[in-house]
Amino acid sequence: MAKASEGMERFWRTFTVAPTVVIFLVLTALPIASLLVMSFHSVKWVQALPQWTYVGARNFQALPQDQLFRDGTANTLLFAAAAVTMQMILGFFLALASSKVARGTLVYRTIFILPILVPGIVIGAIWKLMYNYDFGVINQLTGLLGIAPHNWLGQKATALLSVIVVDCWHWTPFCFLLLLAGLESQPADVYEAAKVDGASPWGELLYITVPLMLPTIIVTLIFRLIVAFKVFDEVFLLTGGGPGTATEVISFTIYRRFFTEDRVGHGSAISIITLFVISTLIVLALGAARRRGREA
Amino acid sequence: MMPAVKRRRPGNPILHSLLLLAVIAVLFPFIWIATAAFKTQIALLSGVVVFTPVLSSFQEVLFSKTSEYLSNFLNSTIVGLGSTAIVLVIGTMGAWSLSRARWPSWVMHGVLGWAIVFHMIPPITMVGAWYVMFRMVGLYNTYAGLILAHLTLNLPLVLWMMSVFLREVPMELEEAARIDGASTPVLLWRVIVPVILPGLVATGLLAFIFSWNEFAVALNLTARQTATVPVAIAKFAQEFEIQYTQMAASSVLSLLPALVLLLLGQRYIVRGLLVGAIK
Repeated sequence: MAKASEGMERFWRTFTVAPTVVIFLVLTALPIASLLVMSFHSVKWVQALPQWTYVGARNFQALPQDQLFRDGTANTLLFAAAAVTMQMILGFFLALASSKVARGTLVYRTIFILPILVPGIVIGAIWKLMYNYDFGVINQLTGLLGIAPHNWLGQKATALLSVIVVDCWHWTPFCFLLLLAGLESQPADVYEAAKVDGASPWGELLYITVPLMLPTIIVTLIFRLIVAFKVFDEVFLLTGGGPGTATEVISFTIYRRFFTEDRVGHGSAISIITLFVISTLIVLALGAARRRGREA
Repeated sequence: MMPAVKRRRPGNPILHSLLLLAVIAVLFPFIWIATAAFKTQIALLSGVVVFTPVLSSFQEVLFSKTSEYLSNFLNSTIVGLGSTAIVLVIGTMGAWSLSRARWPSWVMHGVLGWAIVFHMIPPITMVGAWYVMFRMVGLYNTYAGLILAHLTLNLPLVLWMMSVFLREVPMELEEAARIDGASTPVLLWRVIVPVILPGLVATGLLAFIFSWNEFAVALNLTARQTATVPVAIAKFAQEFEIQYTQMAASSVLSLLPALVLLLLGQRYIVRGLLVGAIK
């Protein structure tokens, strides 16, 4: 009896986890393996079936000369660094403000999470209209200040900045939410003690809040930085990578090489490099987070 | 008691005006796109502030012969509901097995670790391989194909969130059910699921919204018949003569499901976002 039920238990624990493992193997591990294989081939479609020709490391060797790949990488790094820095600063002060007010935290929180729930492509559509040279509200508002209308998305100088502003609108709420949760879980007695000792609001912020919040801040920052590499939807709609390569990001380069130019091998090579770099970053970050957790 | 209240007072007007400014910054784009959707193309292009609202853009988007928006809406609904239902079942079972069924720790860490890594890599890196695979087996441009892709993208989130919610189920409850002779399916369905129901709702709402919003994968795995709402909206921007007011109207319409879900399950969504992002 005991033996039989133990056997059943073993069966059920395998049965319940099996779909997850199968999905991961077939739809994540296998595709990554096939990307690796494709990156060493040139692939042509003949009657809906791929024809593979082995080309060695040629796809990888071509990458350093690929202007789009180089600009895409540089822009992605710049975009991620600038956008996430802004989001963290804005998110932190908003979280601090709404944790300090006595009333309305729930209302603020509900309104602030709205952008997270909106499709990226719709955010792109909204801002594309707002940035429009002729009738966009942004030129109307700057016009009130006496500034001449500007082609925000069409000029090299402002295109990437304009995309960064949109990304801040989209993702500052996310930083806000995480940082607010961190602030709300802080021990109250430390603040009481600080008040008794007569700490000024700025002193309290600098010497108590920031140090206590540092682990939350670091985790949020790293998480947002890595996820910022995903940016695709807004760029697709707002600028399509242009003008020139001013807003070319790595996701868009992969899309372009793979789908619009049908260079499957080349696109796979960029995917593989991107996957390698990002998963290395993730593993390093997780390792650091775990070590921090153990020390604390 | 008194000093705590007093300390908050002086900062309040400044803090509230700062927060109010942020509220305006968040809400303004929504309001602006909504007004644009009710303008005629001429009214929009001339940039007037006062205008007579018209429904022509909505009518054009929803009912004109050339528009496929209703079928896009239906496609998004099918893919969203299908992928959410399946991923909840798979992910909940998986999370239960990994956290409760005494696997060696490398199995648990292996699967959950892979889930985190996969959750953070850009989906666009995977799409090329999915495209090649799906075309070979006939899943390209089918509901099944996009449902598979979306449930794969959402599986890490569901595994993660359900593990957190399962942690709140007392082990004694499970042991008591076992002593009463409950088999695993009975235990899961009759004991675990009722307890974690709020967690399931929160997770399901987020999974549906993320599937509804997803663009990069849907763009490349669908063609005309299965195109989802974001793919349809992106088409507007690529046309030679952009129908701005229709683009605005279809954007507004695409926000309705998320808005309805937010109104119905605000509490669940906030909790879900926190659990999904932090733990």
